[in-house]
Amino acid sequence: MTAPNRPTTAPASAAEEDGGAPPSLEVRGLAYAYPDGTQALYGVDVTIRRGERVALLGPNGAGKTTLVLHLNGILHGGAGTVRVAGLEVDPADKRTLREIRRRVGIVFQDPDDQLFMPTVREDVAFGPAAMGLRGAELDRRVRDALERVGMLEAADRPPQHLSFGQRRRVAVATVLAMEPEILVLDEPSSNLDPASRRELAEILRSLDVTVLMVTHDLPYAAELCPRSLILSGGVIAADAPTLDLLSDADLLAAHRLELPFGFDPAAIPR
Amino acid sequence: MGAGHAHRLYLPGRSPVHRLPPQCKLVAVLVFVLAVVATPRERIWAFAAYALLLAAVAAVARVPYRLVLRRTAIELPFVAFALLMPFVATGERVHWLGLSLSEAGLWGAWNILAKGTLGVVASILLAATTEPRLLLLGVERLRMPALIVQIAAFMLRYADVVAEEMRRMRIARASRGFEARDLRDARVLARSLGALFLRSYERGERVHLAMVSRGYEGRMPVLRDVGATAAHWTAAAALPAAALIAAVAWSVS
Repeated sequence: MTAPNRPTTAPASAAEEDGGAPPSLEVRGLAYAYPDGTQALYGVDVTIRRGERVALLGPNGAGKTTLVLHLNGILHGGAGTVRVAGLEVDPADKRTLREIRRRVGIVFQDPDDQLFMPTVREDVAFGPAAMGLRGAELDRRVRDALERVGMLEAADRPPQHLSFGQRRRVAVATVLAMEPEILVLDEPSSNLDPASRRELAEILRSLDVTVLMVTHDLPYAAELCPRSLILSGGVIAADAPTLDLLSDADLLAAHRLELPFGFDPAAIPR
Repeated sequence: MGAGHAHRLYLPGRSPVHRLPPQCKLVAVLVFVLAVVATPRERIWAFAAYALLLAAVAAVARVPYRLVLRRTAIELPFVAFALLMPFVATGERVHWLGLSLSEAGLWGAWNILAKGTLGVVASILLAATTEPRLLLLGVERLRMPALIVQIAAFMLRYADVVAEEMRRMRIARASRGFEARDLRDARVLARSLGALFLRSYERGERVHLAMVSRGYEGRMPVLRDVGATAAHWTAAAALPAAALIAAVAWSVS
């Protein structure tokens, strides 16, 4: 049993709040162009404090996925910095990068991409085991993570035999097992039936972790995230309480966002 | 383990054969098959002894004989080939029921049938008593290169996903009125196959992304250890040892 390698010196953050604890996520001036020349991000600034749940909204092609892939250093090489709980993402430093990938838990949109091991248990164990955990501590992590998403009974089943909603919950568990600083969800409600959608919302609300949720599902954002960002044209076009954003019809229209038929943000109690 | 759905070939159970570590079973089957293949085809009694040994393993493992027989259907193409041999082979001929058969061809057919069937039955018993996942751990234990084991593991995980994608594409084709009628339609099928390859390739990239995001650095972590004791190896050696004794006994007599 070995503890994960933690860096001994955490670089001081520019904007220390919350009694000294650095924000979960701090993005400064992030710009990025793909190798083919397509510019996706034009200087993104975002700060997410510890424990916040924030929705990242925006039309297709706004750069949402590009931004997400910067958070754990998969994409890099443009301008700007990303800090996760004070630690700067530095793709050249393997040790730091490993710690960053532990701190940033990304749940991808298709659970079949996320769940690649033969059984649920092995899949949830993959992340912590890659960090070097073994034995009882590894078992505890796996059990805890599966319990938090209500999927402990499915531990020994192959992922392909689970329903889509169950697979999405297991995908969340695979990331929770790494005890991340921030949970990043890519379209968490896509392809879910209404019951699975509600169950996932209950699970997300019960977690004591910072959440960044990329979504087109505006009611879901309103339900789960007090604060929302609109990423449009590679910049943060708006950053405000979710209900304020959703009540601003002109703002939504300017960024190709639309409320579903019959949904009225004004009817939601604040 | 083994709760919920099991793999198609695996027959869940708790027999001594099921509980043996996979690497022991793999080596046992391999040595057994080598002994069978090395036995001269004229020693018919040795083959009868091998068959009895496999029957004993099936009995201990509680694998129904009928299930084993049904699964031997996989060797039918080879059987067809073997049945042709007495007719097409050259050499001395014997006459039986008005048929002119080649003697060398008859021996050749017997050789293929007997050895093939014994090998197939041994494999069926291995697959019925060992989860596919454990088989992979077994070959890993036997020093199979990790990369090959990983590729096989991903195949195991994604075979159903790719098959499902193929099924959806077939339904989409059929919904637009396409039905494969003759060879000219092969173009359409080939294009679908190309599209399927591209989709699988893209999925591979996404899976890799998900792996890297969770700390993958080229090696899969060892999550289940399937250690084997001397007792395990001894138990597993029973089958090939008995087969070797049978082979040697008949060569001495």
